[in-house]
Amino acid sequence: MKRKEFLQSTIPFATLPVLMNGLPLHALGQPDMMNTLSKAFVNTDHVLVLIQMNGGNDGLNTVIPVDQYSNLSKARSNIMIPLSKVLVLDGEDNTGFHPSMTGMRDLYDNGKLTVVQSVGYPNPNFSHFRSTDIWHTASDSNEEWHSGWVGRYLSNEFPNYPVGFPNDDMPDPLVLQIGSVVSTVCQGVSVNMGMAISDPDAYYQLVTGNYTQSPNNRAGKELDYIRLVAQQSNAYGQAVKTAGEKGNNKTTKYPDAGENRLADQLKIVAQLISGGLKTRIYVVNINGFDTHASQVVAGSTDTGVHANLLSDLSEAIDAFQDDIEQLGLKDRVLGMTYSEFGRRIASNFSSGTDHGAAAPMFLFGANVKPGLLGDNPTIGDNVQVQDNVPMQYDFRSVYASVLKDWFCLEDTEVDSVMGKSHDTLSVLNDTCNTSSAQREALRRSGEAYVMNYPNPFTAYTTIRYESTGGHILIQVFNNQGQVIETLVDSEIPHGEHEVVFDASNHAAGTYYYRYQNGELQQTKPMILVK
Amino acid sequence: MIASAQRTARTMAGLDTYTGSWTEKEVIHLLRRTMFGATRADITYFKAKSMSDVVDELLTPTQTNPSPPLNNYNSGRITDPDIALGDTWVNGPSNPALNNARMNSLRAWWAGLMLNQDRSILEKMTLFWHNHFATEMTVYRDPIFGYKHNKLLRDNALGDFKSLVRAVTVDPAMLVYLNGERNTKRAADENYARELQELFTLGKGEDSKYTEEDVRVAARILTGWRNNRTNFESYFNPNLHDTDDKTFSSFFNNKTIKGQTGADGEKELDELLDMIFLQDEVAKFMCRKLYRWFIYYEIDAAAEQNVIEPLAVIFRNNNYQIKPVLSALFKSEHFYDAVNQGCLIKSPVDYSVGLMRQNGVQFPDSSKVVEQYYMWTIVYQVCSLQQQAFGDPPSVAGWPAYYQVPQYHEIWINTDTLPKRNQISDVMVLTGVRRGGEQIVIDPVAVAEMFDNPQDASKLVEDMVDYYYTLDVSSDQKEHMTSFLLSGQAASYWTLAWNAYKADPTNTTLRNVVALRLQGLLKYIMNLAEHQLS
Repeated sequence: MKRKEFLQSTIPFATLPVLMNGLPLHALGQPDMMNTLSKAFVNTDHVLVLIQMNGGNDGLNTVIPVDQYSNLSKARSNIMIPLSKVLVLDGEDNTGFHPSMTGMRDLYDNGKLTVVQSVGYPNPNFSHFRSTDIWHTASDSNEEWHSGWVGRYLSNEFPNYPVGFPNDDMPDPLVLQIGSVVSTVCQGVSVNMGMAISDPDAYYQLVTGNYTQSPNNRAGKELDYIRLVAQQSNAYGQAVKTAGEKGNNKTTKYPDAGENRLADQLKIVAQLISGGLKTRIYVVNINGFDTHASQVVAGSTDTGVHANLLSDLSEAIDAFQDDIEQLGLKDRVLGMTYSEFGRRIASNFSSGTDHGAAAPMFLFGANVKPGLLGDNPTIGDNVQVQDNVPMQYDFRSVYASVLKDWFCLEDTEVDSVMGKSHDTLSVLNDTCNTSSAQREALRRSGEAYVMNYPNPFTAYTTIRYESTGGHILIQVFNNQGQVIETLVDSEIPHGEHEVVFDASNHAAGTYYYRYQNGELQQTKPMILVK
Repeated sequence: MIASAQRTARTMAGLDTYTGSWTEKEVIHLLRRTMFGATRADITYFKAKSMSDVVDELLTPTQTNPSPPLNNYNSGRITDPDIALGDTWVNGPSNPALNNARMNSLRAWWAGLMLNQDRSILEKMTLFWHNHFATEMTVYRDPIFGYKHNKLLRDNALGDFKSLVRAVTVDPAMLVYLNGERNTKRAADENYARELQELFTLGKGEDSKYTEEDVRVAARILTGWRNNRTNFESYFNPNLHDTDDKTFSSFFNNKTIKGQTGADGEKELDELLDMIFLQDEVAKFMCRKLYRWFIYYEIDAAAEQNVIEPLAVIFRNNNYQIKPVLSALFKSEHFYDAVNQGCLIKSPVDYSVGLMRQNGVQFPDSSKVVEQYYMWTIVYQVCSLQQQAFGDPPSVAGWPAYYQVPQYHEIWINTDTLPKRNQISDVMVLTGVRRGGEQIVIDPVAVAEMFDNPQDASKLVEDMVDYYYTLDVSSDQKEHMTSFLLSGQAASYWTLAWNAYKADPTNTTLRNVVALRLQGLLKYIMNLAEHQLS
């Protein structure tokens, strides 16, 4: 039975499914018997790190079309990077990186970075917010979707979330967003799959559970109490904290803390992955790409705001990749950058650029197919102020490729997550090694075959369960693990059934009911109050 | 050493009339404590008035006689043979097969009254009395008795406490719940007689020295009351009444209440209450209870001396009228003292009803009785999930949050209920609840529009912090909140986005751009610990 049907058939509260996940196990001390059901199988261990470049990155000064230099210089003379300073790519004489991007150029030259040229979508929208939403939801420009592509992917993989989560199969947050709030990209079909560690500082705040100093009065006392409970009840917070403690960093390439916010965030990501967190996706941010004015320093165009941003980006990615390799995690981690749009071909009079359209994306890691995908954009000799870089690749093709080749979805699943069919691109090596049985097992994690209501209860509670046919055993344990009642122990036909647990002769406290139907076994807590 | 021994600041302030600043902050404090959440409209309405006028108005309800609960349950599965859908069932006839359906209707109706409260303390006091004279509907299992009991509490919520005790003593629901209707001269049942003294009037404080014998004697006075299940009234049956004289302990000055025969037997109850209400402890016990409901659970020596004792004097001098006590409390320096602001953990009802009211959640109107009651039931259920199923407190002592030493209000918050509170606010912000084409949901754009400067991200955050929290938060934290609106962009883009929406308010794309970001902000604000405090 589907979780939704199950809930609908019990109380008129199905519209609030997240409320029905019962009592968090960690709050009850997680007795040993709860662990006996843990299933051991290989997880898909691929991790995706998304780097959002907020503001709209000027792609033409990032990946510079050397063969278009003359026309481009005419269109943006006040911000054009001197040709002599462009970091020309190994084997691609016509294309080079911004001079600040030495780290990423090295990654490219070493076959660990790929560039997808001129990525965008038809009928581009030039509003930051709207275009960000389009990139996050992966909708067409004229559509409004309310779920994000990452959220839909995770809904596909973990359809029961958040009911029954965390669990032994997936004990960790599905997606962690570091550097900002949980965004639309993590919004699943019905719930947001994301957990935010709001910024590198807040990573420690999460650990300590504190933001604003509590006052020295009654209100402060109660605030401290509530925060303590919040900390205790945040199982994921604990998982992240534990991984943070277990994990480490190995490279010396990271700059000092506070100097490069993106590097700070990626350093935490590497630490958490090395600490064993099973989180599939991390989202990090680098802000400030909205360079309408003073994008460069006049007369010294390879310096200035944009140069600093790209320097941070390049330094952070290079350090992170080195760290991941030294940590022995290179086959598990893929990175990808994106920005809501590129910028106009022609610069403005304030040494800046206005909102534009297509721009390059970067993918990095040991499993990218290295190189440059696509051609340099063609720049005319009479660029008008409104002219934009036309789209060469749809960003959704990049997403679809990641889902197919990195997260190993079947084609039909990719289409379903993306909401429509998109071509995939050859940007990643095929490293899929997760069997469909393993994925199916994960998909079922958190599924409820048995639940009780009401809970907590005073004298009676009804235990509802599903039989797949065959023998069903339902037993009630006390908190010492002793069986105090056997409610069902017989062949039960396929379908939904109910049994009432009469606790009028038992003392108040926590009890557990264990359901067994062949291989399917679940144990859940219930609370008797008197 | 001093710091650890004396963790929190205290106050010596007493009942002198508060003359300090009267700004939105104090208005919000008063409204949060006396109503379920302080709504934008109520704050605006009250802040132009003087403190004294506001308190007086809050103590003068206007919706005093709400129309009774309705049949919302006729459906394919259940059909009431006597009452049509949309008609009230409170006048009977009784129908045991429909008890559950009608009790659910009553719970929903009560939630509806709290959601639609007038600008008064009435509903919070009604709930106070329910906690005080606790009865469990699932025990007495009679929805008509339940309705009458509820009405009794509401009708007398701001009246005469002594009359209320008398009425509750012979209230049909209470007669079932505490076995009054089984109390007979041959075998007096002491259940109610004990709770009358222990829980309803004298309490168990150290100055409350009634004896076990006093319980037994009082039980004999209370013999003879029965319920009529046709007209749903209780009545006194002299034949079942113990007509002997009843003599009490020295705590009651060895008072003897003379046994009466016939209909006069009923009058012994009045004498019993006269005797009990002569004890100073009654007023003190009740003032402590009001204090824990409205101010804070800890009553230190200063509060006992400067607040409880003078308040008890007011209570006695006014012949146990409740209003003068509340008036003195809510106009006092003590009530507005900084120490007493923001320290009350919201009860589940306060949290849930307040959540709906403060965020302007629209409920279906009375033309859609099924959907309307369904949505009200949702509110009941979320309170129940947080362990405050009104109508069914856990015992005759009420909810432990109001008596369980030393945790008191903190009992409301645990590793089960706190995540649920957050999930409730998340669901209301994100999807809401739908039924029959109706939906209850927090519209984040409408919320933003309640404030003066929604186009200014940082001002909006400031205003929302003041609206949702009593405690201020750090500038770092406000900056973080602002980032929800900015999505990593400059603040001017939020202004542009907001203004674009305002210029073309029917354009759903423009609206969604701001709605999406406001949702994130609201969700975050309501998930912080500060949001649990009133």
